[in-house]
Amino acid sequence: MSVGRRQQLLYFLALHRTGLLVGLLAAALLVYPCLQDNPYTLGLTNLIAINAIVVLGLNLFIGYTGQISLGHAGFFALGAYGSAIATVTAGLPPWPAIALVALLVGLIALAVGIPVLRLTGHYLAMATLGFNFVIHTVLLEWDEVTGGPSGFSGIPSLAVGQWAFDSEIRLHYLLWTVTLLCLLLSLNLVRSGVGRGLAALAGDETAAAALGVDTRQAKIKVFVLSAVLASLAGSLFAHSFGYLSPDSFGIFTSTDLVTMVVIGGMGSIWGSLFGAGLITVLPEWVDLFETYKDFVHGTILVLVLMFLPQGLVSGLVDMIRIRIALQRTKNAAA
Amino acid sequence: MLRLDGISRHFGGLPALDGVSFTVPRGRVTALIGPNGAGKSTLINCITGADQPTGGAVVFQGRDITGLPAHRISRLGIARTFQNLRVFPRLSVLDNVLCGLTGQGGQSMIMAMLRLPSLRHRERLLRLRAMAALDCYQLGDKATWPAAILPYGDRKRVELARATVSRPDLLLLDEPVAGLNADETAGVGEQLKRLRAGGHTILLIEHDMTLVMEIADQVVVLDSGRCIAVGTPAEVRRNPVVLEAYLGQTEACA
Repeated sequence: MSVGRRQQLLYFLALHRTGLLVGLLAAALLVYPCLQDNPYTLGLTNLIAINAIVVLGLNLFIGYTGQISLGHAGFFALGAYGSAIATVTAGLPPWPAIALVALLVGLIALAVGIPVLRLTGHYLAMATLGFNFVIHTVLLEWDEVTGGPSGFSGIPSLAVGQWAFDSEIRLHYLLWTVTLLCLLLSLNLVRSGVGRGLAALAGDETAAAALGVDTRQAKIKVFVLSAVLASLAGSLFAHSFGYLSPDSFGIFTSTDLVTMVVIGGMGSIWGSLFGAGLITVLPEWVDLFETYKDFVHGTILVLVLMFLPQGLVSGLVDMIRIRIALQRTKNAAA
Repeated sequence: MLRLDGISRHFGGLPALDGVSFTVPRGRVTALIGPNGAGKSTLINCITGADQPTGGAVVFQGRDITGLPAHRISRLGIARTFQNLRVFPRLSVLDNVLCGLTGQGGQSMIMAMLRLPSLRHRERLLRLRAMAALDCYQLGDKATWPAAILPYGDRKRVELARATVSRPDLLLLDEPVAGLNADETAGVGEQLKRLRAGGHTILLIEHDMTLVMEIADQVVVLDSGRCIAVGTPAEVRRNPVVLEAYLGQTEACA
């Protein structure tokens, strides 16, 4: 009887593992500000939340459709400056502005994606890098609108009625709620038939097409989805910090985002959270990393891609899965 | 079921296929044989949309499908396996087979992200079907394994399971027993017979003549991109043109 109970429990845990993990993470984040009320640390975890949103979308694009983008800091910038201009210059209320900007960025991604996603490999990397470069230059040069090199300040905080998200603790709850929602949506997507089609596409385009996956359309859809997530993260970034500088959206930000994806691992949604966390925190932990940040990130990127091309976390997970399966065969044979 | 009407495929000036015409009758096994380089795989690619014919027409169930993209053709009910295996190594065996049900899993990305109860229910049904397909190929106990560590013979069977799980109207098999030992070949032969008994229509490319003679209802012989003979296995076996293509000039042998 007790064995039956135990098996039932294990079955329940296995069946609802994703939901339970998300629940666990949500609970941990709920109590986190009670244990840690240092505004600096909270500011750092808030930044992780914002980066995680971009990385989730980018990982869907890189890890699930097998493409590459070195331009997502561009979409991040469009979201951030879009929200800033919409609320400060045009005087729109912040919440509808976020939705409107996300919609516009989605359309821009569609317009960029349709021609650019005909390319693959290095060419795609160059094209997206070029896109990022164009956005960055526009931010610098068009100073009547973007404030130019001196940045854009005075962006209002988000608020629900009189309740303004203006302290680190309040932002913690807002940002992590959005991040968890995005996490949940991504997890749902990859566990569906559509997600399997995307995984197939990342594995082998010809085979995926033969199984009924519209490869061209799938790439564009995921590209647009990842751009919309980046835009959403950008808007939250603008409203959280109140100040934007073009330096935050250069091509090195794009490579940092790709490094986060690679650390987390291709096609690993949970890994994305880890990658975003590690790369955001790393320069803060060790001073050396702050000075030579780009070198350190570059080295990490090269080492991971050389030894674990599927990415750090998912590469290790794959290795463990293979070990376990091989062990089981051996036991079965013995 | 499937009618090919003068299919040609030229690579530059070189004809890989030159006016190939034959029909694949419903519920039968048609074997496509021919020496290496005869254009068999090119023909399969032209039927499934992985490659576009430069001339001629492919008609499937009365509908002209020439030049349609591969995913549209797949959704019409044509499934295939590949000569050089295309199993997804990082996915589990079960997920590989579930990929064969992509068409039934829903197309909308937004619905997938919301994961409504109806979608969960459908996912469970698909999972059951995939498990049943794995059981057919004696792979049930390896369902959770990553496909990368499967031995070659098992990967071949995973591909077969992936191609058959959606119960396609037409199944194109590109050398399903190539590289398998005698036992494994016999096993796949049994599977093919079972598929045929289940009413599947199969177009089979194969070099293993014992297998072809055993299960084919109709044999089509390609040589240098041309269809040189069509008939029952017994007829084709006696056809002097076919013997010449395979063995060279008969006079030279005599």
